[in-house]
Amino acid sequence: MKTGAGPRGPETTGAAAPAPVTRRDFLKRMGLLGGGLIVYAAVGDPRALAREARQGYAGAKVPVDFNAFLKIGADDRVTCFVGKIEMGQGPITSFAQMAAEELEVAYESVDLVMGDTDLCPWDAGTWGSLSTRHYGVFVKEAAAEAKGVLKEMAAERLKCPLEELVVQAGVISERGRPGNRVTYGELTRGQVIERHLDEVPPLKPYSEYTISGKPFLRRDARQKVTGEALYAGDIRLPGMLYAKIVRPPAHGARRVRVDTSAAEGIEGVRVVREGDLVAVLHPHPDVAQQALAKIEAQYLAPQTGVNDETIFDHLLKNAPSPVVADQAGDLEQGRKKAATVIEETYFNSYVAHAPLETHTALAHFDQGRMTVWASTQSPFGVQGQVAAALGLPAEKVRVITPFVGGGFGGKSASAQALEAARLARACGRPVMVIWSREEEFFFDTFRPAAVVKISSGLDGAGRMVFWDYQVYFAGSRGCHNFYEIPHHRESVYGEWRIGPGIHPFAVGPWRAPAANTNVYARDLHLNLMAQAAGRDPLAFRLDHLQDRRMRSVLKAVAERFGYTPAKPPSGRGIGLAGGIDAETYVAAMAEVEVNQDNGTIQVKRLACAQEMGQVVNPQGATIQMEGCLTMGLGYALAEEVHFSDGKLTDTNFDTYALPRFSWLPEIETVLVPNPSLPPKGGGEPAITCMGGVLATAVHDATGAKVTRLPMTPERVKAALENRRS
Amino acid sequence: MIQAISFTLNDRPVTLRTDGERPLLWVLRTDLGLTGTKYGCGEGLCGACTVLIDDQATPACQVSVAKVAGSEVRTIEGLAKNGRLHPLQEAFVAHDALQCGFCTPGMILKAYGLLVSNPSPTRREIIDGMEDNLCRCGAQVRIVEAVQTAAKALKGGRP
Repeated sequence: MKTGAGPRGPETTGAAAPAPVTRRDFLKRMGLLGGGLIVYAAVGDPRALAREARQGYAGAKVPVDFNAFLKIGADDRVTCFVGKIEMGQGPITSFAQMAAEELEVAYESVDLVMGDTDLCPWDAGTWGSLSTRHYGVFVKEAAAEAKGVLKEMAAERLKCPLEELVVQAGVISERGRPGNRVTYGELTRGQVIERHLDEVPPLKPYSEYTISGKPFLRRDARQKVTGEALYAGDIRLPGMLYAKIVRPPAHGARRVRVDTSAAEGIEGVRVVREGDLVAVLHPHPDVAQQALAKIEAQYLAPQTGVNDETIFDHLLKNAPSPVVADQAGDLEQGRKKAATVIEETYFNSYVAHAPLETHTALAHFDQGRMTVWASTQSPFGVQGQVAAALGLPAEKVRVITPFVGGGFGGKSASAQALEAARLARACGRPVMVIWSREEEFFFDTFRPAAVVKISSGLDGAGRMVFWDYQVYFAGSRGCHNFYEIPHHRESVYGEWRIGPGIHPFAVGPWRAPAANTNVYARDLHLNLMAQAAGRDPLAFRLDHLQDRRMRSVLKAVAERFGYTPAKPPSGRGIGLAGGIDAETYVAAMAEVEVNQDNGTIQVKRLACAQEMGQVVNPQGATIQMEGCLTMGLGYALAEEVHFSDGKLTDTNFDTYALPRFSWLPEIETVLVPNPSLPPKGGGEPAITCMGGVLATAVHDATGAKVTRLPMTPERVKAALENRRS
Repeated sequence: MIQAISFTLNDRPVTLRTDGERPLLWVLRTDLGLTGTKYGCGEGLCGACTVLIDDQATPACQVSVAKVAGSEVRTIEGLAKNGRLHPLQEAFVAHDALQCGFCTPGMILKAYGLLVSNPSPTRREIIDGMEDNLCRCGAQVRIVEAVQTAAKALKGGRP
């Protein structure tokens, strides 16, 4: 690791607007794909207008005048095109369920094409637990529209009034005359069919669902257990080269000299200089790596004095002015009514996304067209960025997203795709860029370090009268108040997406951005309040809570956990946390054992209850909860990025500790039913509880308040000391 | 040094001429086109590249290709027989013991190696045996269950 400019920070929007798929383009593509069915939206269709209002940046939007989501083949197979990507969170299964449900076909007959900018309708990116709750609506509407057109076509074919038609498993027949029937595939015959729909058909009511709402196993599991599943790094093209890029030793370092002569001496190695990129390329990645080690480069690295201990002072000194995210009443009045005031400051560290698959991309420039296979959460964003970087029109850039080996927000930025594209055009061969684990840590867009200051008060009766909440750099998500507190204010000093110049490296969205910090600070502080009020922590929260959805998850988790009330610290080591994320309500309870000699924490039990409206795939939702709880052990207990003067001390998994098998507690999950609401988010909510639920459990076990995450043994020991003093 | 290296790969003999010092991981992925073995860390710290060398689960990034001369190497592509999944693969599917799937080949082969040395492991022994393999998605609870199920399906016999 010597020199060169690195990829830039998180860019989730392209400079060039990706060309939206037009009806004409789509018809052409459908023809190439063996035909299908195109449904025109009715002019003035309010649904389409609503979509238009909700969507779009940089000129791109989901097509609203026609149905670009579905194709029905002559073989009766349905292909569903979605701009989202599959990185483990499971939409490959739930989109198929939603499409099959509305279209009235067998779940098994639906194929998914995901994240291909040539074939799929535009999408901003796969993040924010939006796939099901937001994009899923488009898929359902598209399927309902297609079914409506197919029924009209069948009415003509079968010479039967529309209202006499029955649809089941992709077959339309006349009521009472099952012999008078036609399949979807027979109707479309693999031809491109354009139909205009005068009236938009309604979506099926939840009560009639037979596929949505039922548990389905992952549909990609067989490919993934056999090694057949392809990720970006598994794509192979004739003549392709693997590139290794010269990198700086620290963020902010400037290259003053680079000598590539020794690398050029290795047989088969090519050295490519493309703008600020200096790269060595070879058909074997390990040989390219050897060549990289032979490059001598010198840098001037800045001495900033900022490291993982001084960072909080640095952040507080550089804080922007606050934005009030939420408030009610008058804080000064509240303060006057308070009999007890509790003030505390909480700290949270930078954490890495650390997906097992590092950022990877293969780029191929052929006859003026650039194709990039990228591990990315934002294929359309990459399309725009590559087009802008290479000066190509967006329609000359195709991004294909194979399976993504974990993202968690970290692949919202995909600088490796630009590197591969630039090098591929420069050297005239397909180029693969696979970031090493060290590069993955260095160029990650970390979850920002953050500070939360809370000042709050109880009146003489033990009721919360004011809550002054100030969050620095984590961001606003999850800071909003849902407790009954007459005087409160939530002030946000900097969002997580704050621009460069403050953090020593790039920061970005990390699974439920901001919410992990906000829930941790709020729930640990609530435990201190409950302690001061001499009240059981669950009862204390319920005393201040009218929101029925929040009450329902708190009660559900307590019931599953077998909770009995006690004043904190009870010595039992039981913690509680909860909140609202992605419109989903979530609460968790934990039981921990704290070793007071060495400060280690063993989590023995976790329970989590989630109310997320209608659940499309209860199996998938449950697994997302389990995954969140397990992953969240990391940022609560051990994960922290170490750095000094822009240099990352953590370069691999020897010092950066991910949760391991031996950390596993017993995990129980509850999905609290609420079919009265459409589906809400499921990929992130449960992880927001983990800092809070474990910090309150440690407090309950020992009376120690650990005011900084992660709760390393040293910090636990220090908190135990503080308690004694 | 370029040399001829012969070994058995997924039950078939293979001979290749290459520098024997090259890591088995990249020889498998590039020269031999078996991309089921994943790169995760390059330092033997994550287990994503785990393969079986004479039935021992080993990170392929830490082994030179010369070292496997004369050995039997098995990758994830060589586990299913005639299109029929191995009981470990079946159990991973049945338990949904994966999410992004990137760690999955390594997990399955690590478990295979564990069951060779201990055909009827306790839950604790599975956790200890799998400890060095990382899963970022948090599928660990289900992976433990899948290994338990596979051990039962194999009835303590050889995997």
